[in-house]
Amino acid sequence: MSGPGGAGGLASGTAARAGGEAGSEHGGRVVLVTGGNRGIGLACVQRFLALGDRVAATYRGTPPPLDGLPPDQVARLLPVTCDVTRPDEVGAAFDRVEAELGRVQVLVANAGITRDTLLLRMDEEAWQAVLDTNLTGAYRVVRRALGPMVRARGGRVVLMSSVSALLGSPGQVNYAAAKAGLVGMARSLAREVGSRGITVNVVAPGIVETDMIAALGDARAEQLRSMVPLGRSASPGEIAGAVAFLASEDAAYITGAVLAVDGGLAMGL
Amino acid sequence: MSDDATFDKFKSCAVEVLQVPGEKVVREARFADDLDADSLDLVELVMALEETFDITVDEAELDGIETIGQAFDLIAAKL
Repeated sequence: MSGPGGAGGLASGTAARAGGEAGSEHGGRVVLVTGGNRGIGLACVQRFLALGDRVAATYRGTPPPLDGLPPDQVARLLPVTCDVTRPDEVGAAFDRVEAELGRVQVLVANAGITRDTLLLRMDEEAWQAVLDTNLTGAYRVVRRALGPMVRARGGRVVLMSSVSALLGSPGQVNYAAAKAGLVGMARSLAREVGSRGITVNVVAPGIVETDMIAALGDARAEQLRSMVPLGRSASPGEIAGAVAFLASEDAAYITGAVLAVDGGLAMGL
Repeated sequence: MSDDATFDKFKSCAVEVLQVPGEKVVREARFADDLDADSLDLVELVMALEETFDITVDEAELDGIETIGQAFDLIAAKL
């Protein structure tokens, strides 16, 4: 297989990009973030908008809030309803994004849910629901996004995992299993499509100030914070920064990586 | 559609997806050895052929398909 763009030597790496337009500098790219209406997903949406990209944000319940966004950013934001557990909705969402914004060049598979309880009390429905959204949902959106990326010989995929995938988390056997599954998925896919200039990476956030953490309760959240070497939780924007980096030109040679953004919580794992 | 016309259509798919010159797309050509195509190239080609000919090819049917001729016969049998 001889891809376009030429091989180039090591020294000419930045000049001789092999991946078409997908890795071009921020600005004007088409980015799709699932679960882009709140928490980390919303922070990613805001970050890419600030970088000048056109951003599709999928959501199930309420659309992403527009307050505080400058008009030029609102104009570049496309909220799309999509339940990632529904293949037909995933297909329809991508069709709409492609029609209105163009081919998806950066995919952030972020949509996730929790159904926390100890395994002994975890019924099969709670297991399946979390796996279906957090792991199979990522499969659905990645699979739909990949064809156009392969044809275009370039693209960026970022999967939102969790520190719990590496560290384990009592009460989150389903969640941690799904989030760990994303790591195997990303690394295998990175091998499948590396030759097409597509990178596939994982971000593993630690304790982040979101609704999901608030739901754990103050005591558990405080206990977790006490385990973090940096001694505090992260803002969603700090996770979005790592996602934006993996989607940037500076990360062109990074694929199959698991980037922990956890204040050191799971370091070494 | 005559076999020749079908092959021409097949060939233009292969030329576009595999980025090889048309004269290399002959029945005897082997995907791996002669056309430098990897497994992902073949998946792309099958997807393009499905679209072009409005057919469906199951994964199992691709087992043992190693040449242009074999692939063409598989497609032609579905038309």
